[in-house]
Amino acid sequence: MSQKTATEKTLTPPPHTEPVVFTRDMLDWLPWIEPMAEQDMTERHLASLVDASRVKSPYFRLLARDPDVLEARTRTDKDIFYNPEAGLPRAERELAAAATSRLNGCIYCASVHARFAATYSKRTDDVQRLLDEGVGAKLDERWEAIVAASVALTTLPITFGKEHVERLRKVGLDDAAIADLIGAASFFNWANRLMLSLGEPATQG
Amino acid sequence: MTDVIDTLVGIAPGSKLDAIRANRSEARKHAQASYASLFEPRDLAGVTAEERHALAAFVTGLHGEPKTEAFYAAKLPAALRAAVAAEVASARTKGPYGRFPKGPLSVEDAAGPIWKVSDAGAKALGPRLKAAFEHTHMLVFHPRDAAPPSLQSLLDAGWSTTDIVTISQLVSFLAYQIRVVAGLTTLASTL
Repeated sequence: MSQKTATEKTLTPPPHTEPVVFTRDMLDWLPWIEPMAEQDMTERHLASLVDASRVKSPYFRLLARDPDVLEARTRTDKDIFYNPEAGLPRAERELAAAATSRLNGCIYCASVHARFAATYSKRTDDVQRLLDEGVGAKLDERWEAIVAASVALTTLPITFGKEHVERLRKVGLDDAAIADLIGAASFFNWANRLMLSLGEPATQG
Repeated sequence: MTDVIDTLVGIAPGSKLDAIRANRSEARKHAQASYASLFEPRDLAGVTAEERHALAAFVTGLHGEPKTEAFYAAKLPAALRAAVAAEVASARTKGPYGRFPKGPLSVEDAAGPIWKVSDAGAKALGPRLKAAFEHTHMLVFHPRDAAPPSLQSLLDAGWSTTDIVTISQLVSFLAYQIRVVAGLTTLASTL
């Protein structure tokens, strides 16, 4: 049971401009409950950030309140997205993350991963069309197959079936690439829920 | 410890899928470490083992993926398992739905229920789990509707800020684990 004697209160974010469209712009994220103060973080809390620079992020200082799960989450994330060995090209792992975020409605997550997808693919117009029009946007057959598979893994009930696997194979994904897509879309069902429910995005500047 | 995703998908050592998962050995290891840190933690802190497993049974029940649902339900005592199952039956719906910030995206707003625990459920679960289940339903089906009042309800029910981080991670991790199991199970069926 909680040892708290007084009920805590949620935070009121400072005055800010809320983004009302999906964008590739850099956004801020404002927490609704109190992140750890940097000076209160133990070595274990700091180690759970994995990247020391994340101590500046209120999102990661909030998640550091449960350091074991934050560290495991972060190391899962990094291998799914950054491991260059075989599998799905980085651009398309990011596409799956952006499509999942677009469907769930995470404007912050979509902004980060749409930027990565555009950077790695050089297909900025296609990425922007996904943001503007949603997961039904016209892309090309390979990207539409990746988006459709991400959608089928994200919706409830989950509708991902053999037909999605076959369509992915037809556009050139091998088994390792399909497994990467499953990892990337599934991971963003984790990430989107944290970003959406613990705080809100704000336009920078 | 046995790898939960491998167990639920039925990945045999030496199989094709075993080799594919081995190419992402860090993700495999740390998905399992995430499970362990949530369900067999070194320190339970403010969230009891029974609360963690009740939430997991509810989340996996809402997703309706039989293998993961059975895995987590089995960890509950019978009376609590029945109470969770009764709530799942009234809570299951389609997702994701919810509202966008007012503006050009408002045309994409999709209506859906704001679900509440039944009176019988509230009695069986107690105020802490009642608040947590209602929050969990939103996180599972309409996470873009989240707002500070949903977190205040958790604080008012006796959860601390740190507890909220843990239960948010628990629900969100399961949203990942359930999909990986479903996705890899489908992939395995085509190999």
